[in-house]
Amino acid sequence: MIAEFGLAALWLAAALAGLQLLGGFAGLRPGGERLAALVRPAAVLQALLCALAFVALLWLFARTDLSVALVAKNSHSMKPLIFKLSGAWGNHEGSMLLWVSVMALAGGLIALIERRLPERTMLATLGAQAFVGLGFYAFLLVSSNPFERLPQPPAEGLGLNPLLQDIGLAMHPPTLYFGYVGLSVAFSFAVGALLTRQVTPEFAKVMRPWILGAWIFLTLGITAGSYWAYYELGWGGWWFWDPVENASLMPWLAATALLHSASVLAARDALRTWTILLGVVAFSMSMVGTFLVRSGILTSVHAFAVDPERGAFILALLAIYIGGALVLFTLRAGTIAEGERFAMLSREGALVVNNVALSAILGIVLLGTLYPLLTEAFDVRVSVGPPYFNPVGAIFFLPMLVVLAIGPLLRWRRDSFERVQKPVVAIAVVALAVLAGVHFIAGVALLPLLGMALAAAVAVGSVMPLAGRSLRRLPLAVWGMVIAHFGVAVALFGMAADTAFQQERLVAARVGETITDGPWTITLAAVEPVAGPNWTALEARLEASYKGGEVQLARPQARSFWTPPQETSEVALLTRWNGQLYAALGGEAEGERWQLRLWWKPFVTWIWYGGILIGLGGLLALIGRVASDLRRRSARAQIAVRRGEVAA
Amino acid sequence: MIATARHSGESRDRMPPARCLRDAVPAFAAMTMWVLVSCLALPAAAQDSLPPAPYAYQQLEDPALEARAQALMETLRCLKCQSQSIADSDAPMAGDMRHQVRTRIAAGEDPEAIRAWLIERYGDYVSYKPTVSATTWPLFAVPAVLVLLALLILRRRLRRAR
Repeated sequence: MIAEFGLAALWLAAALAGLQLLGGFAGLRPGGERLAALVRPAAVLQALLCALAFVALLWLFARTDLSVALVAKNSHSMKPLIFKLSGAWGNHEGSMLLWVSVMALAGGLIALIERRLPERTMLATLGAQAFVGLGFYAFLLVSSNPFERLPQPPAEGLGLNPLLQDIGLAMHPPTLYFGYVGLSVAFSFAVGALLTRQVTPEFAKVMRPWILGAWIFLTLGITAGSYWAYYELGWGGWWFWDPVENASLMPWLAATALLHSASVLAARDALRTWTILLGVVAFSMSMVGTFLVRSGILTSVHAFAVDPERGAFILALLAIYIGGALVLFTLRAGTIAEGERFAMLSREGALVVNNVALSAILGIVLLGTLYPLLTEAFDVRVSVGPPYFNPVGAIFFLPMLVVLAIGPLLRWRRDSFERVQKPVVAIAVVALAVLAGVHFIAGVALLPLLGMALAAAVAVGSVMPLAGRSLRRLPLAVWGMVIAHFGVAVALFGMAADTAFQQERLVAARVGETITDGPWTITLAAVEPVAGPNWTALEARLEASYKGGEVQLARPQARSFWTPPQETSEVALLTRWNGQLYAALGGEAEGERWQLRLWWKPFVTWIWYGGILIGLGGLLALIGRVASDLRRRSARAQIAVRRGEVAA
Repeated sequence: MIATARHSGESRDRMPPARCLRDAVPAFAAMTMWVLVSCLALPAAAQDSLPPAPYAYQQLEDPALEARAQALMETLRCLKCQSQSIADSDAPMAGDMRHQVRTRIAAGEDPEAIRAWLIERYGDYVSYKPTVSATTWPLFAVPAVLVLLALLILRRRLRRAR
């Protein structure tokens, strides 16, 4: 019953999306007012129905209703409740349902609360949102029905991989999805504005909280994913330029550029068409990412070509939405009036550099991710990895960092070299001092060396806007900017320091043997068997001491799961403020020795602290913007009330 | 260091396919798992009757040589994994390739010569460092075009501002 109810709700929601689309575009024509009046209610109702469908799926998973194919395939009656629930979106169909639910909820929310823009733009926006939604409803209902029943319910479900029963992993995909789908709102606003040609600062202000929200989720999702790779893989790497990682990085790059150009539009009414284009590109990258991950094309281009149903469906959606939006953009961009002008040495000028650099990096990541797939289709297999992405990306990334250090100090519209001379010289001196110091003391490779110098420059430059201002009265949005930019410096320093200074020790050690790794002395005290609920493991007891200080215990394990049989390495981490000792236990070696892998990774944790700071900065900016919107709204309401009283 | 016959290049043939975790994981989870946990297959010893090659899990004594080997290993693909270099994989084949790299570096071979040797054996796919060729030139042409485009955009902005 519940499954049928969920499916019915989904069909109804899809029908309402159809109505919303129709009403939105009919409403733009003269005489369409009656249909137009239906758009907002349809959007809200669609959101409710879609949410109901998702709740129905959660309910089915909570009860482990094995007559539903999806539950039987992905759940098990003995799982803890939280993992039963996370199983609902830990699969293709469920995750696509989550996708449309979030999208419908976002659309419903705009329909309910957003009244600042001209109604025509809102109609076009909600129509565009419904248009995108319809494609995904069709995908869900035609080729990925999550509520499909089995003729013969099995006695027990197939279960979920034990490794996936991890709370971080359960939350990671929805986090990224919120980011992806949040960008769909920016996309719809962009299309709406293109249709009605009304690109105004107000439009940017309305769009900005959605971009910020999506961007925060993407930032935190990428940060968490990176840390998870770091401790799960057992070899200390934190970024691999893997296509799946790139799939989340590309929307982030586009959203970062969009965020900055929307700020210019909101503050100065400049960069109109550019903001619109980035709005289209950001969600396009979300869809490209989904296509890469969902279609199976990454596993094998040929397997994809043989059984392309789902992949082809997403590809068709991609072509329609991205192609359609870009065609609309090309047709309309020329008719949107150019915004305000500005000098190159100005806040806007710096943000243009930011936008151009981020877009170029996006282009490189996109090329490097898709190109191997393209050649594979022609039976030529090539690999594009860190030796390509790092230096080629750096061509744009490093100049962008220079501008990032200085940009926030510049005034809007026009600034002079004389005015910013002092702080710029100070930043340059700090950067050069770090450059020279690190070079002569440590002798580091070029990229990490530049990374450390620029991290110092950005750190100093990012806090300079605080100088001479009342910290208590500083708007939250400015705090957000300062903290996020400082986070970039922190993360960058972590990356550069770990790359430059990490110390690796691979040893086959006897019990009792002592190993030194950088400042650490580590004694292998024992290797013992231990057992968990569905695994057995060998556990090493390592007694580690930093520079002869207090002894700390680290217990890395080599685990063997038996359902399904799998072997994993559980690393042990000893965290200090200035880095981590990373220890992994390998197998047994000849002569009663044990393989140990030890890394001293200076400042590696700063990478993720930086990521968290960047997200926190976004959050502060979001709170600041929303709060001031609400204040303005209530002030306006009060004025209206008073006017009413006067009139009466 | 002399490579024994067993651990020379032929060793690939004796290796069972690495147990890449993602084969066992449902599609969606694979999304996050791909990179993240791809090849956790544990030390060769656990799944192979033969012990791992000596330099699979052992560094060269000379730090300078080890650094060269490490730099090279980080740019070679583990052929049994999803997007991992041989420097961060537990797959037996990656271990064998690490042994190969370390012994050859120790014997004084040039890193790029070792790369060329591996490419000859396994194809371009094994190297993460694409070289300019008839198939890969766009990888280098596009960034160059992007640089020009970026400069053009900035120049136009600059001129318009005046």
